[in-house]
Amino acid sequence: MDEVEVKAQPKTGMVTVYIMGQAYRVPAGLTILKALEYAGFRLVRGVGCRGGFCGACATVYRLPGDYRLYADLACQTTVKDGMYLAMLPSTPAERRPYDIRKAKPRGETLLALYPELARCVACNTCTKSCPQKLEVMEAVQAALRGDVAKVAELTFDCLSCGLCTMRCPAEIPHYHVWQLARRLYGAYLAPKAEHLARRVEEIAAGKFDGELDRLVRLGKEELRELYKAREIEPE
Amino acid sequence: MSVYPEYMQESIQRVEETRPARMGTNFPRLPLAEQEELLRRYHPDYKPEGKRPLRVGASYGELVPHEVADLLEAYPLLDPEKIELSEVDYDVDVLVIGGGGAGTVAALWANEAGIPAERILIVTKLRHGDSNSIMAQGGIQAADKPHDSPAIHFLDVMGGGHFTNDPKLVRALVMDAPFIIKWHEELGVMYDKEPDGTMITIHGGGTSKKRMHSCKDYTGLEIMRVLRDEARNRGIPVLEFHPAVELLTDEFGQVAGAVVWNLETEEYKIVRAKATVLATGGWGRLHIQGFPTTNHYGATADGLVLAYRVGAKLRDLDAVQYHPTGAAFPEQIVGLLITEKVRGLGAQPVNARGELFVHPLEPRDVESAAFIRECLPPEKGGRGLGVVTPTGMVGVWLDTPMVDMIHGKGTFQRALSSIYRMYIRFGIDPTKEPILVYPTLHYQNGGVVIDEHGWTGIPGLYAAGEVEGGVHGKNRLMGNSLLDYNVFGRRAGLAAAGWAKKARLGRLTLRHVEKFVEELRRAGIPAARRSPILLPDYRGEKTLARVVDLL
Repeated sequence: MDEVEVKAQPKTGMVTVYIMGQAYRVPAGLTILKALEYAGFRLVRGVGCRGGFCGACATVYRLPGDYRLYADLACQTTVKDGMYLAMLPSTPAERRPYDIRKAKPRGETLLALYPELARCVACNTCTKSCPQKLEVMEAVQAALRGDVAKVAELTFDCLSCGLCTMRCPAEIPHYHVWQLARRLYGAYLAPKAEHLARRVEEIAAGKFDGELDRLVRLGKEELRELYKAREIEPE
Repeated sequence: MSVYPEYMQESIQRVEETRPARMGTNFPRLPLAEQEELLRRYHPDYKPEGKRPLRVGASYGELVPHEVADLLEAYPLLDPEKIELSEVDYDVDVLVIGGGGAGTVAALWANEAGIPAERILIVTKLRHGDSNSIMAQGGIQAADKPHDSPAIHFLDVMGGGHFTNDPKLVRALVMDAPFIIKWHEELGVMYDKEPDGTMITIHGGGTSKKRMHSCKDYTGLEIMRVLRDEARNRGIPVLEFHPAVELLTDEFGQVAGAVVWNLETEEYKIVRAKATVLATGGWGRLHIQGFPTTNHYGATADGLVLAYRVGAKLRDLDAVQYHPTGAAFPEQIVGLLITEKVRGLGAQPVNARGELFVHPLEPRDVESAAFIRECLPPEKGGRGLGVVTPTGMVGVWLDTPMVDMIHGKGTFQRALSSIYRMYIRFGIDPTKEPILVYPTLHYQNGGVVIDEHGWTGIPGLYAAGEVEGGVHGKNRLMGNSLLDYNVFGRRAGLAAAGWAKKARLGRLTLRHVEKFVEELRRAGIPAARRSPILLPDYRGEKTLARVVDLL
């Protein structure tokens, strides 16, 4: 194994990508996001966490000789030769406010706020456009059935990138519905943690005040001794 | 077909060969003295050439990384004499700078304390929620199980921080923790629970009890999006793509809002506010000592710059947190976070020969130092047992297939779905092959000095979240950053609301900036240096993964 030799190899070849119609030569192996920057774009829109969590870099593209329109995250997708791409700067989608303290964890709540759910034609375009590979249409169907828990489960990994929403022929603002469903589930349908409520009460009643007051006043050496003596819960 | 080149596959074979013998055993935890020796010899913070003492300002003489000193010892972006302060664009009670976790929590609790939504304003650099908060994977700590207690949590935090933390802040952190989790539960955060509602909790590095609560490995995303949704329900206004470029003061020296900059129209706006909460996050995008980072695009330490110019003190900025497990291969994801939860679920770090060389859950700085020792070549004092990638990165293996072997098939995909998805996208199945990792710049341990109410000591200015210091001392434990931004975001929001109700503002000025500029001139700081930088610049060749000579 000669690592030095491996290291000295040229990294990659170059590919051509069409960024909003304009051709740029960029190194193969870059993500779309880094390819844009390599090409000289200083991004303000279309970039956030750069790690596949925030959904800011929704991108659509086509490949040569392929009629399909693909959708993905620019920070998690490697460029391909001949790719035509454009980023979505934002997704226009109306969000309907509600009061979580008064909302009922039922399908009617979802439909009352987002009646367009009923316009779903089951075309599955939403599922095909999801960069997280979620079963988006299944979630729409679960919402229509009033199964809030199922909606929450199916959409937990949603990044609100808006790609399904931009492609939906029924014009459903999916990610707003999902957010509502997850909060209804978390606040009302998930079982409550009783140990948590008890601990909050204990703290409010001052159970730990004396011990913490004492710890705050201890010197470094005394703390070190207590720290070393901690009992570690087995893994 | 594996995307690993052949020579890496040979090393993977050795990992597989040693695996049966490693299962069910572990490397012993190091005694404190050995931890300290490891840190001294191998942790990047202990390299004196990486830092210099500040030559100006309230923390004159404090050691900080050069990359940070370059920003603190720098001239303003806008000429204070050319900014028109008489025309106020937004006049509010509470201004929150930063739309990540800390800022959103502060705004919610300012509202809870009686400030009407329309009298609050969040300004943020990118979109509401774009932050490190949203990227946190592993979890949030709270001592809410019967066999655990806030006192034990307190000891873990202090020990993790090498007893350099401010104990009053740690007290607030651990005592508020269960309340925060309960608040989240009521808001609808989907924590991982047993069917009876018991929180599923695991260990994190440096914890003595299993108190890491999680929402799969999207914990940060789940909490952030619920908080943001709640802020939207309450109608709290947000200015997106409007980073603050300078704080404002009044003639009495109180902080009185900020000058913000519309990144898209390139206009500045004046926000007058009776109280201001700084919640700008950390510094990952400064790439201290050339390290890649897990941080979001806007993490450029702006808040430190703004606070320093107005006279706030800084602490513990000599301590940089390198997360032990950043991705080191493939090239597209170098530096991205591999949550500590992977180790929490049993994956062991092993070297090129498949040998276990450190306990998987030492405090983060100790774990990182052990990885660096393993990778450094012998002529630089290391063991030379890392794996070098085709692009010159180096790393050790994280034996991810162990997770399903220990906890059952399907566990990895269920509990670590974001990591699983990311590796599958790039051709690696982490349930079948180990992944290569190396420390990555993760967190700003220190920051603006605050008291337990988030007050900076400057009238009208509060700070919360990663921008503040003292909570974690010189090293934060996993699961305490999400907790920190909730606890101190809430406290800062409440305190700011209290202050705003009685504050009387005088005439707006930028006198503090003028004074700071005079001090810079006297210290002979080069005139070309400007800050805050707002966004990193990765154009052109810089975009090629930041390959650095780590060795």
